[in-house]
Amino acid sequence: MIACAPNVTESLSREQLLEIDYYLRLTRTLEERLVALFRQAKVIGGLYRSLGQEGESVAAAYALDFKQGDVVQPLIRNLGAILVAGAKPVDIIKQYMAKGDSPTRGRELNIHFGHPARDGFIGQISMLGDMIPVMAGIALAGRMQKKSLVALAFIGDGGSSTGAFYEGMNFASVQRLPLVVVIEDNAYAYSTPIEKQTAARTLADKAYAFGCSAETVDGNDVFAVHRAAKRAIDNARAGGGVTLLEVKTFRMKGHAEHDNQSYVPVEIIDEWRGRDPIERYEQTLIENKIATAEDFEELQKRVRAEVDEATDEAERAPMPRGEEAARGLFAGDGYWDA
Amino acid sequence: MGIGMPETTYIEAITQAMAEEMARDERVFLMGEDVGSYGGAFKTSAGLLERFGAERVIDTPISEIAIVGAASGAALMGMRPIAEMQFIDFITCAYDILVNFAATSRYRVGSSCPIVVRGPAGGGVHGGPFHSLNPEAMFMNRPGLKIVYPGTAYDAKGLLKAAIRDDDPVLYIEHKFLYRRIKEDLPQEEFVVPIGKANVRRRGKDLSIITWGAMIYVADEAAEELAKDGVSVEIVDLRSIIPFDEQAILESVAKTNRVIILHEAPLTGGAGAEFAARIAEKAFEYLDAPIKRVASLDVPTPYSPPLEEFYLPNKDKVITAARELLRY
Repeated sequence: MIACAPNVTESLSREQLLEIDYYLRLTRTLEERLVALFRQAKVIGGLYRSLGQEGESVAAAYALDFKQGDVVQPLIRNLGAILVAGAKPVDIIKQYMAKGDSPTRGRELNIHFGHPARDGFIGQISMLGDMIPVMAGIALAGRMQKKSLVALAFIGDGGSSTGAFYEGMNFASVQRLPLVVVIEDNAYAYSTPIEKQTAARTLADKAYAFGCSAETVDGNDVFAVHRAAKRAIDNARAGGGVTLLEVKTFRMKGHAEHDNQSYVPVEIIDEWRGRDPIERYEQTLIENKIATAEDFEELQKRVRAEVDEATDEAERAPMPRGEEAARGLFAGDGYWDA
Repeated sequence: MGIGMPETTYIEAITQAMAEEMARDERVFLMGEDVGSYGGAFKTSAGLLERFGAERVIDTPISEIAIVGAASGAALMGMRPIAEMQFIDFITCAYDILVNFAATSRYRVGSSCPIVVRGPAGGGVHGGPFHSLNPEAMFMNRPGLKIVYPGTAYDAKGLLKAAIRDDDPVLYIEHKFLYRRIKEDLPQEEFVVPIGKANVRRRGKDLSIITWGAMIYVADEAAEELAKDGVSVEIVDLRSIIPFDEQAILESVAKTNRVIILHEAPLTGGAGAEFAARIAEKAFEYLDAPIKRVASLDVPTPYSPPLEEFYLPNKDKVITAARELLRY
């Protein structure tokens, strides 16, 4: 283990720093593979990229302790967060391809899957904001069950305009629940720029309404996000209540693959391209002599092989049988037991 | 709060069911507005805070989305939450999270979400447009939610216990008009009323009334009056709306050949429309007259007593419908 510059890495070992890089590259590579499958019409529904947001997704989730029962809840641009929690690339590809042996057996899309107690992550629903009260309830259950788990939820600039977001934040703050909410300012909600979304000066300012803690960090700085998330998680676990952690980042692609993002000025995209979170992270590791370009090449080979294998397995997997649609609504028909 | 008490009111039956289940299973807890130290707006949770503590009887902000959402999250983690709506009308504020999140959880991702959402429903107490809702039809077309609507103290207790033990989300609708008006001797021993089973409340051979909730008493009154003319009325108290006891409905219709569906929610798009359709599909050959529905007017529930009385179904409306069917 190499001693790391404390200002950069704090308590993370070299192995952990490289593990973070593995998840960063896995997220990006898996999404690139999904794009290829989408273009071959093998992805059934829409495809949503997290390009430019892999850093904060991975870094925040990496600060959790899944052995203690921590739970992370992604939105569509937080694939990296559930990979950290243990989601398997093959399952994600199967989900996108609507396969019969995907985690949801073809009932649900993309990363809408996962059980909080079993998997350490829970898929979102499409009604934005709804997961905040649900995550508050997960944190509440953890407290009632005498676990020391922390719940970490992602929400966006758009999602934080909903009533459900406010109700969930308010309830969790009143109850001082161990909840960390990462609020991503990625500049656009579909085509709507943030100035049409909120008159708040920053998204972190919304914390004033709840009386919870708040912090704003550079969302494309993996170290900064990890440090801030760790602080918030430690505080939550110690009984300090809710933190709203704002990460400033940028959505480098359209809302989904069909959206060419024509409403975003090209100069802004170019500017943010220079702040790519993975390049910045790896550059810092090189500059601090923690890793070399060869290390990253090795990692990339491993990631590529895993994604190749996952793709092959997912492509071979069967589609569900139509008649399964009638089953599994209520307990008792045995559908989910089999 | 012992198990089973003579002369138990409908509301006491609900309180007893919660207390018994909380004593039996430490995963059961209650959350809602004013449910703790105040004991609930109707005193449904009176004594529960003292007995089970603030961790299991949680006063919440005025926040129906947070109540149903947090209950759902806790349920996924293995808890058995009861989420109280101060009036069931306010479930509309949490409609989204209940029908989209809780109700779909098992079907979408295989996750059991055993919450009970309960609260006072119904008219007749001059609550006006926002405190009189009968919400069952709003939820019937959103699969994944069970819906029960007891009309007796026995069923209020037994169905609530069943709902709390059920592995899926249950909307438990309680009628506030019945809270203190209905008293019954309940069994001393423990009992549970299975979800999905109707109760044939009165046996008859000339005409069936399919009903539930507070309307069972309107059906009783009409049946008594019709009996004076020698008409024998059968009353089927559905008790469960989803899943509903189709067999009990069809058997009764096959026996009497004439049917009225009586409910308190407005007529158009009400639950009765579904039951009428099932009868038409599956028991058409048995019918000697058209299926008749008696329900509230297709307007919001008005406040002033003369307006509300005109709006709600009553004995006379049922008798008029019955006579029409008998003449047919």
